[in-house]
Amino acid sequence: MASAYPGTPSTEIMENIGEKYREIKAGWAPNEKVAVEVAAGAAYGGSRAMAVMKHVGLNVAADPFMTLSYTGVNGGLVLVVCDDPEMHSSQNEQDTRNFAKFGKVPCLEPSDSQEAKDLMGAALSISEQFDTPVILRSGTRISHSMSLVELKERVEGPKELGLKKDPTKFVMLPAMARRRHPIVEQRLKDLALFAETFPFNQVIRGDGSLGIISAGVAFQYARDVLPSASFLKLGMVWPLPEKMIREFASRVKRLVVIEELDPFIEEAVRLMGIKVEGKNLTGLCGELTPEKVEIALTGKNSAKGVGPIEMELPLRPPNMCPGCPHRATFSALKKNKVYVAGDIGCYTLGALPPVGMLDHCLCMGAGIGIASGLDRSLGELAKGKAVAVIGDSTFFHSGMTPLLELAYNGGCTTVVIMDNRTTAMTGAQPHPGTGLTLREDSTITADITKLAEAFGFKRIRVVNPYEVKETEKIIGEELEANEPSVIIARAPCALLKANRILPDKPLKIDPNVCTGCKNCINTGCPALEFVKIDEPSEGDKRKGYSRINEALCVGCRTCQEVCKFDCIEVGS
Amino acid sequence: MSDNRIYNVLIVGVGGQGIILASDVLGRVAARQGYEVKKNDIHGMAQRGGSVSSHVRFGKFVSSPIIKVGEADVLLSFEQLETLRYFHYLSEKGTAIVNDQRILPPAVFTGKQEYPPDLLSKIREKVPDAVIFDGVEVARRIGNARVVNVIFLGLLSRYLDIPASTYETVLRESLKPKLVDINLKAFHEGRSLAPA
Repeated sequence: MASAYPGTPSTEIMENIGEKYREIKAGWAPNEKVAVEVAAGAAYGGSRAMAVMKHVGLNVAADPFMTLSYTGVNGGLVLVVCDDPEMHSSQNEQDTRNFAKFGKVPCLEPSDSQEAKDLMGAALSISEQFDTPVILRSGTRISHSMSLVELKERVEGPKELGLKKDPTKFVMLPAMARRRHPIVEQRLKDLALFAETFPFNQVIRGDGSLGIISAGVAFQYARDVLPSASFLKLGMVWPLPEKMIREFASRVKRLVVIEELDPFIEEAVRLMGIKVEGKNLTGLCGELTPEKVEIALTGKNSAKGVGPIEMELPLRPPNMCPGCPHRATFSALKKNKVYVAGDIGCYTLGALPPVGMLDHCLCMGAGIGIASGLDRSLGELAKGKAVAVIGDSTFFHSGMTPLLELAYNGGCTTVVIMDNRTTAMTGAQPHPGTGLTLREDSTITADITKLAEAFGFKRIRVVNPYEVKETEKIIGEELEANEPSVIIARAPCALLKANRILPDKPLKIDPNVCTGCKNCINTGCPALEFVKIDEPSEGDKRKGYSRINEALCVGCRTCQEVCKFDCIEVGS
Repeated sequence: MSDNRIYNVLIVGVGGQGIILASDVLGRVAARQGYEVKKNDIHGMAQRGGSVSSHVRFGKFVSSPIIKVGEADVLLSFEQLETLRYFHYLSEKGTAIVNDQRILPPAVFTGKQEYPPDLLSKIREKVPDAVIFDGVEVARRIGNARVVNVIFLGLLSRYLDIPASTYETVLRESLKPKLVDINLKAFHEGRSLAPA
């Protein structure tokens, strides 16, 4: 059984299970905590199970994870956790190996696609053999890489399926948990012994002057740039094989750990009393690359490249798409001059210029609580300004409990739920509000309006964000109210083919009527361009005018709604 | 080709230009030719509009899935500005293949910054034999503006030692049946563009 919440770079694992492995019972969970609990239930019943998440997802799932270590499993249970060194699409670059140590569970780390597959099998076996959940740690460069994989025969899990009463193992009352803790400590010792002969912990003998301990994609970089060095390549990064490490260290003149993010292996090796280098060479922040590793080890990049063309380049950050309903909602919020506690999704991009309408982004589901805290602590200072924005998928993930807090404790916060009918940022996965499952079977459609009603909100409004002027007015009314409000801004993601409400007819701007005020430009729509007038004709005081790229415009009319001079119309 | 040679192809551009499809096809082509292949994509946070890069490496034995700065045999760029962003990856002996297209980043289309002028001449200054074509123009000529990526895949194929038939087979396998003919046409059009 498999359960997951989407999160880059882990999303494709569940998408592929959904599409290609129909024999696995699988579904999206509202969040990672639930995913781990569903997987735990399956494992308790004897099935092999996995929960999949990005690194920060394990923070959400930390509560069940930490005590799962105590209960142990039954059927194999693997948490596939994908880190994001360099934060290609994340809010921090925490190192999941620390969680393995914290939870006292084993952590395996593949260095390519073949190992990702092979170590998943090994992780299930280890989980069953040692009665422990196992973390399989991936990262962006492993998860978003492809390489050839050899498949083997499918193996069924060895455990008998059924409901088994075993309260001293599965009911973590203090008296039972006290009995489980020593078992956990002993298990870690047993696993450390097991690590000494684990076949994915390998010594590759080379030149004795330099020994490199490494794991994951960092190993591949090091192997690439220094193929003649000796390597201790670890497939299990926690617990560590102490004897193997001592033996390896004794055979090399210089010992270096090449690892991404924290000095996790390095510090453990140093604790063994072994002289070792690592982060002093590679640094703590960002991902490693082949050239970074080579420079760390030899002082230079040996490649003969053309070198950079030195000049300042405009950045190309991701942007909300043409026709994005969030852009329309932000336009209406901007007119109300609000202060926005945001959340995680495509709408987080509303922080970037020229929209610049997001003042906070902390973690999944945090926006509503932050707005509530700002509003109630600041009182008059925040009156009529405190707004939370959160997407529909993020709302179901972890926005429901802060919304309840808001209803319960009151205040004047206005919550805007940007309901685009999908989990857009990670590539349009369904969620409990969409009426579809992972495999696109129809199911319930959780109703945000009714939830807000049930929580006790009296002021609930549903708006079509593309009607920017109307949305602006309604937001204004709710900001003035002396109680909390919920506004649901509902329109499907512009990339969704289903339920499409956009006309896909490009608009046109009359260049002679356009005053160049940039109201439309400041929505940040990629289908708009400000055309500079270098040599104005007589009497023309404009610096430029706006133009619509017909190839990109999908006719959402947000620009038309914010235009004060009626110069935008539907094209032919 | 020497036995241990590794081919490094870096494909870059802007989200929505079909970069991942092009690198997927190249990866499959190399695998079918019997090479070990590793490929890595970075496609940013949103679906569209961000800078995209895809590393494809193949040879007898490949470790790293990403190319070391200065070791790309081919830099295939679908957009002028992106060519410069990744230019330092190109090896001295490498080939730059550039789509003569400008896609304006946010700071430019909102009028805050200029799109840097004369980029193509800057590229030619560094790499005189850079192969530069207006792929959109070629695509329109053969009747489908959406095949720019496969036109450039065809052009790229002239710089790698793998027969055209392998690409044809993989394109047939990877595409929806109704798109096969136009893409094969685009592929061969691209091959014909390469300077003799």
